[in-house]
Amino acid sequence: MLRIAARPTRLAVANRRNIASTSARQADITLTVDGKEVTVPQGSALIQACEAAGSPIPRFCYHDRLAIAGNCRMCLVEVQRAPKPVASCAAPAMNGQVVFTNSPAVHSAREGVMEFLLANHPLDCPICDQGGECDLQDQSIRYGSDRTRFHEIAGKRAVSNKDLGPIVKTSMNRCIQCTRCVRFANEVAGVEELGTTGRGNDLQIGMYVEKMMNSELSGNVIDLCPVGALTSKPYAFQARPWELKNTESVDVLDAVGSNIRVDSRGVQVMRIQPRTNDNVNEEWISDKTRYAYDGLRTQRLTTPLVKGPDNRFVAATWPDALAAIANGLKRTGASGNEIKAIAGHLADTESLVVLKDLINRLGSDNLASDLVGKSGDSAPVHGVDVKSNYSFNSTIPGLENADAILLVGTNPRHEAAVLNSRIRKSWLHSDLVVGMVGTRADTTYSYEHLGENAKSLETFLGGKVKGEFAERWAKAERPMIIVGSAMAEHADGEAVFGMLARYVASAGTRLVREDWNGFNVLQRVASRPAAYEIGFVPSRAAASATPKFIYLLNADEIDPASIPADAFVVYQGHHGDRGAALADVCLPGAAYTEKGATWVNTEGRSQLGRAAVPPPGAARDDWKVIRALAEVVGVDLPYDDVVGVRDRMWAISPSLVRWDGLEETSLEVAQAGLAVLSKNKKTLKGDKMGLAIGNFYQTDVVSRASVTMAQCTRAFVTGESEPLGAVEMHA
Amino acid sequence: MLSSSRPTTTALRRLRGFATVADPPVRRYGGLKDQDRIFTNAYLRHDHGLKGAKSRGDWHRTKDILLKGDSWIIQQIKDSGLRGRGGAGFPSGLKWSFMNKPDWQKDKRPRYLVVNADEGEPGTCKDREILRGDPHKLVEGCLVAGRGMNANAAYIYIRGEFVQEANHLQQAINEAYKDGLLGPNACGSGYSFDVYVHRGAGAYICGEETALIESIEGKQGKPRLKPPFPADVGLFGCPTTVANVETVSVAPTICRRGASWFAGFGRERNQGTKLFCISGHVNNPCVVEEEMSIPLRELLEKHCGGIRGGWDNLLGIIPGGCSVPVLNQKQSGEVLMDYDSLKDAGSGLGTGAVIVMDKSTDIVAAIARFSDFYKHESCGQCTPCREGTTWMKNMMHRMVEGRGHRREIDMLLELTKQVEGRTICALGDAAAWPIQGLMRHFRPEVEARIDAFRAKHGAVGFGGHIASELDDNLAIPDNLGARLPIDAPAPPPTSV
Repeated sequence: MLRIAARPTRLAVANRRNIASTSARQADITLTVDGKEVTVPQGSALIQACEAAGSPIPRFCYHDRLAIAGNCRMCLVEVQRAPKPVASCAAPAMNGQVVFTNSPAVHSAREGVMEFLLANHPLDCPICDQGGECDLQDQSIRYGSDRTRFHEIAGKRAVSNKDLGPIVKTSMNRCIQCTRCVRFANEVAGVEELGTTGRGNDLQIGMYVEKMMNSELSGNVIDLCPVGALTSKPYAFQARPWELKNTESVDVLDAVGSNIRVDSRGVQVMRIQPRTNDNVNEEWISDKTRYAYDGLRTQRLTTPLVKGPDNRFVAATWPDALAAIANGLKRTGASGNEIKAIAGHLADTESLVVLKDLINRLGSDNLASDLVGKSGDSAPVHGVDVKSNYSFNSTIPGLENADAILLVGTNPRHEAAVLNSRIRKSWLHSDLVVGMVGTRADTTYSYEHLGENAKSLETFLGGKVKGEFAERWAKAERPMIIVGSAMAEHADGEAVFGMLARYVASAGTRLVREDWNGFNVLQRVASRPAAYEIGFVPSRAAASATPKFIYLLNADEIDPASIPADAFVVYQGHHGDRGAALADVCLPGAAYTEKGATWVNTEGRSQLGRAAVPPPGAARDDWKVIRALAEVVGVDLPYDDVVGVRDRMWAISPSLVRWDGLEETSLEVAQAGLAVLSKNKKTLKGDKMGLAIGNFYQTDVVSRASVTMAQCTRAFVTGESEPLGAVEMHA
Repeated sequence: MLSSSRPTTTALRRLRGFATVADPPVRRYGGLKDQDRIFTNAYLRHDHGLKGAKSRGDWHRTKDILLKGDSWIIQQIKDSGLRGRGGAGFPSGLKWSFMNKPDWQKDKRPRYLVVNADEGEPGTCKDREILRGDPHKLVEGCLVAGRGMNANAAYIYIRGEFVQEANHLQQAINEAYKDGLLGPNACGSGYSFDVYVHRGAGAYICGEETALIESIEGKQGKPRLKPPFPADVGLFGCPTTVANVETVSVAPTICRRGASWFAGFGRERNQGTKLFCISGHVNNPCVVEEEMSIPLRELLEKHCGGIRGGWDNLLGIIPGGCSVPVLNQKQSGEVLMDYDSLKDAGSGLGTGAVIVMDKSTDIVAAIARFSDFYKHESCGQCTPCREGTTWMKNMMHRMVEGRGHRREIDMLLELTKQVEGRTICALGDAAAWPIQGLMRHFRPEVEARIDAFRAKHGAVGFGGHIASELDDNLAIPDNLGARLPIDAPAPPPTSV
């Protein structure tokens, strides 16, 4: 039903995209642009050829990741022997073409279009948030006329603003109807309700009915909007672009590792923007990535805290706090595996390495993670010895090559929103089919639901399911299995991994071969791939020990009941959240925008985050805090600076410090890993595979402290908020 | 014959060389005879159903036409010189042949003929008469043209306001199916062909071929970018040709009576007969089928009883529907009603909708009304048209009362040039041309109004701001022109 309903749109969108889509490289063609010969691949748009020739073409509607609209007419160029100027974004480059981008005719065409665009555009640049980074502003300076001729007494167009939710602020008078937002919403985000109504000068962008734009990628339309019609609500009137310092960094609020640019002013992060990386996030980031930054300003731990006799925290100096920990460790008499460390969602690789070294040298192997339930207290069911057993092996760009995807216990839309948009892209432009075992969810593409528990998965893998997906899956050349990280925390997790590993092995080279590894685990927590890679997991012996001393490194998702009442608890992190409340001593650490640290994403790609602002108050880089503590508790660690730590990381796994690169697991090792997994045999309980993330907008300490994320939760998850300016209907 | 009697005739020819070569006889066009009319029930005086149609010769040996094959049909259309009757005047045979590219059989996509019956051009009412009186001509035309381009089906996109017309058409299709003329074995030829009627919702832009395709697909009627052309990627992504009702309807008669018969009418490159719809200030407004290249004056005087109040009472004529520039009285007396003659006169044949205006017409208001129309019908997709039509409309309405500055006439012309040729579809051109025609022939009238308004209200700046109403305490743009001297010489008119 869902499939039937969605097909026509899918085909239509696919048909529309005919010029810029990235297809197999074809023959090259040569043309002349402004007297300069340039060679481009066949199928390029003229605008791309002109760019390649070094002739910049102004544009508003054209965007190389969206379908061609050709409606702004700003990119008109002159082509020899063409009777009319040609819209270079919509025209395919032809062999032997002679193009002029700098002729009087082109200048007058641009000036004319510019004049028409400005005719109905309010001249409110001084109070417009787009000021300073506005395409219309820049291009009118460069290509527009020097004065206006528009003095009509009829005045300018007035358009009512739309309520698109707590993220996108609209000022529709400024809209130039380029429809980039419409195309993004339809093609990438999967919000097919955003469109145009009315015609002619009354054409408006909107949701057809009063509705908010419910998408976790909605913030990207703000970047796409070439004018100030769609601006950022949380960032409204906060800063001007020229006041901001840009720092290139990596997002850690999910495990995709989206590349971001942190824009800061002084000690505050003012906003977060995406950075282009075709291998990871293309040009998009999720709303959580973009807007959770205001959580970095509140609920922060700024000074070491020690719990006094009355059970209240008292501010302390670093030496006192560290001494209190050393005392606590001594007092509890914890030894061996009674010393436990728990790593949370936002722990960076450096601090994980240093903490592991410290705990190991204290004689313990009890290195847990704050997984759901008790699963963090023992080694994960997929094991950590072989990287391909817990990584996204097909890689994120590899999603575009897949022809069948089986989702197991995961909703990628919430666990990795940007990655999900790649699946949608592939689904739109190719014949990809998707099947799902798990709780039904709106994924923005249609899928065949195969069941809700491991038993349905067993039936499907056993070939006992009939249907289109099963047929196509059986014939698929590049099938992909995506197992959600929540399966490692599921009662049937062990059995599911075993079942899948046996299936992959029995399928021969269909799923795993030299050029394709279709077995994927989709991690949803930024710290986990690194923790697994360095072996931050408890040994079998440690799993059964009762801890007396617990060190929580950014661990906030733990169950308070799992901490023995008499244990001494240290919390190190940047937010006063659940973890800090349990602690005897709190050590303030740095958030991800405040430290230069390594992060490993779900593919196993290690990337370097950079510090944009200093940590607040007395907070310090996390690895340094642990290193200092080691000194106080009398453990000698063999490094004193970050270079030393990274040498240590190199020793553990060289790929950790080969930033931005991705090291694929070799076929033999991957098969060996699967062979280990396939020994997992357990009777199925048949529990339902639940959703790993209930509320996309609040998954960690930063997003829980964020006002914007709270507003999004109210607007999109709980549905509490009244739309702005809503009329009381039943008064 | 010549060669047999060469010795004598050569000498003779030399002798005649200069003196006796007769001028080729002056061919006069017009006066189409009744036996040469294609649309014999245009006035709905007879039965429009299948029986009546057959009695008028429709569906006569259609099977034989179909069995002649695609290339024969297309060659006939090519030889007949038929040009598209929807306005653009593209040679139909050539256009239809784009569907039969080499190896078209290897393309497994279905192929469509789409008939444009969204007759929305103001002044045009020819397709309506065909749909009402001769629907079988269209249905048969769909089959013949569809066979020519190897289409699997025809979609007839009919204007929503045409209720009776749609009923007659649907009746004709139903009858044709029942009689075995359409369907899996159309006319017993073994060729399978279906015809569907799709009713529009009344948008002028849906008469643009790609917007029409979008509309049939169920989307907003917004023109598509070309390339790809519909012959490659058209309706539902399949090869498609869009043709006007009249073009398709004449195809069977051409095939039946022969291409040379049809090509015998009208001047070279403008052959055939055509339905002209004459409206406005004539004594007898009508739709009439006439020979192409008939002089405009003869058309009006023969069929419409002449101009109201005599030829000298004529102000101007719009010869091809509201999208083409107006002709003044002198030109109107000279032009022939065909593509080339009207193009040479700076106008166009368009749909053949002749709008006659006598001296009682407020020509500025008439053109301003057209600007309203284009503003209302612009789809809003591309910038020059969306913004330009509104701007032009506002200016034209000011020109009606003369509220403006003389220099704004040139500015308005410049705006029309900024729209013309820079839009996705031809609506931008259509909005620009009437204004250009107005200023070409009736500029003094506009200037007189501006002067009269100025005499009454004092100086007027750009945009229609009356100088005396300006508040000097407010920031006024320095280029508003309100302080320009009253007798500021207008810059020399730009050549249009």
